[in-house]
Amino acid sequence: MAKFEISPNFQISRRKFLTAASLGASGIMLSGCDAFDSQLSIGSGLRSFLENANGLTYRAQRLLAGRDALAPEFTEADIRQPQRPNGVTAPDDDTYKGLLANNFADWRLEVSGLVEKPLSLSREQLQNMPSRTQITRHDCVEGWSCIAKWTGTPLSQVLDQAVVKPQARYVMFHCLDTIDRSLSGDIKYYGTIDLIDARHPQTILAYGLNGKPLPVENGAPLRVRVERQLGYKMPKYLYKIELVDGFANVGGGRGGYWEDNGYDWYGGI
Amino acid sequence: MESVARSQSATGPDAPVSSDSTLIYRQSRWTRLTHWIWAISLFFMLLSGLQIFNARPQLYIGKQSGFGYNNTIFEIGAENTSAGPRGFTEIFGHRFDTTGVLGWSGPPGNETARGFPSWATIPSYYDLGTARVVHFFFAWILTTTLIVWLVASLVNGHIRRDLAPRLDDLKRLPRDIVDHAKLKFHHTREYNTLQKMAYGGVLFVLLPLMIITGLALSPSMNSVLPFLNEVLGGRQTARTIHFTVMLLLVGFFIIHILMILAAGPINELRSIITGWYRTDPPAHDDKTNERSA
Repeated sequence: MAKFEISPNFQISRRKFLTAASLGASGIMLSGCDAFDSQLSIGSGLRSFLENANGLTYRAQRLLAGRDALAPEFTEADIRQPQRPNGVTAPDDDTYKGLLANNFADWRLEVSGLVEKPLSLSREQLQNMPSRTQITRHDCVEGWSCIAKWTGTPLSQVLDQAVVKPQARYVMFHCLDTIDRSLSGDIKYYGTIDLIDARHPQTILAYGLNGKPLPVENGAPLRVRVERQLGYKMPKYLYKIELVDGFANVGGGRGGYWEDNGYDWYGGI
Repeated sequence: MESVARSQSATGPDAPVSSDSTLIYRQSRWTRLTHWIWAISLFFMLLSGLQIFNARPQLYIGKQSGFGYNNTIFEIGAENTSAGPRGFTEIFGHRFDTTGVLGWSGPPGNETARGFPSWATIPSYYDLGTARVVHFFFAWILTTTLIVWLVASLVNGHIRRDLAPRLDDLKRLPRDIVDHAKLKFHHTREYNTLQKMAYGGVLFVLLPLMIITGLALSPSMNSVLPFLNEVLGGRQTARTIHFTVMLLLVGFFIIHILMILAAGPINELRSIITGWYRTDPPAHDDKTNERSA
């Protein structure tokens, strides 16, 4: 008798348990189906409970990263491809198309809200301010990454020039591109970051990409770079920066367009 | 002879005593509690993770995703063919038709292009934001539980007594493999060599690697631990490892369930719920053992 021979009785029991096992496993998998769908929509109890973890995640990241820890920067050799555009890549808005036709000569960046000195800056004025160039990795919430060289004006300089009032807590970005349509009209992209990220040394208002002017698909004439967060926190087609003290008047109240659609406000992971 | 020695040491002077000599207290409450919290957490993390993967059903090697060049090693997608839309899965350049499961799936007549099918994701429909909420919630639970288990198991001796590999384990390995292949199980207090390897591998290799590669995906954690991605080979490699470890954990789960069913599901379940486990009666020949298994 060979060592590995299995008795006939035994074979039946093995077949039985394999059948039982696959049934059991598929039962567990099937229960994943749509059993939780209704509990997970924005505003439902379970969803709100689970979202508490977002606050914990945010505080843990703030605690560990502190104010000024820098995102990794890369070398020219790491720039192997054009920056991948995502979201809106060619705004269909008349205002935007008008500004683009004139190569953004009439475009201004407005700085308003809780500031002492509201500003209206042309592209030349922004470009004449001290600039920062950084080769960083753009991480999309979807999972992909792309390394590119960004040139722009540190947001902190613009904020200093406008003199932020003490009650201001967030910087809200207003954009020219329509991301969505609702019954009450077109929704243009919007988002917020707090003043810690706004004053982070790598947070810039970028007008240059890989040594050239920022192309339309990547957000011309101006987009934000917030290097310790994911791509949805870096609005494109910027035209207004508003200092606010909360999210009450920011879209649906969760701090940004994607946040109103279920993304976490702090996109650090 | 060996099995007699083993069961004697299992019911040594320190073990809790039962009136039934074959019933022993095998799993502490820490082991049982953390086991079930992990089971629930891993279930939700798997299904929300597959949903997150569906947002970009490709895996790459390196610091970034190749769009202007090719560093894709794995892809799930859909394509139009003369026979209609088909789902495919491509691994290292080898393409397989996976219509109905991967790439193109759904109720007959209502199929859609999606990476993993709706029965394998939470939520069942495409919703990246919600999947992230679920994934990160259970990431905290899983990590906290792992730390609690580690501390408890160092204190109560579970790691030293039950999981630490010994020279004897190595000697027993070939016999153990043969026994498992024949589905012949010895019910003793101690884990056998393959069990130690499987449990130790999950607890000390796979789960920590999952947490580390998960952290490496976070742009904010990259500013705290910039060396992490350098060690792992870049953020996209870290993501690929994160996915691969998921596959290994799923593999562990399947084998784990099969082994429980084969070794006696009632007894195995009782020990991980109540802690009490029925061991083989002391025997002088293998035949008795085999029957009770």
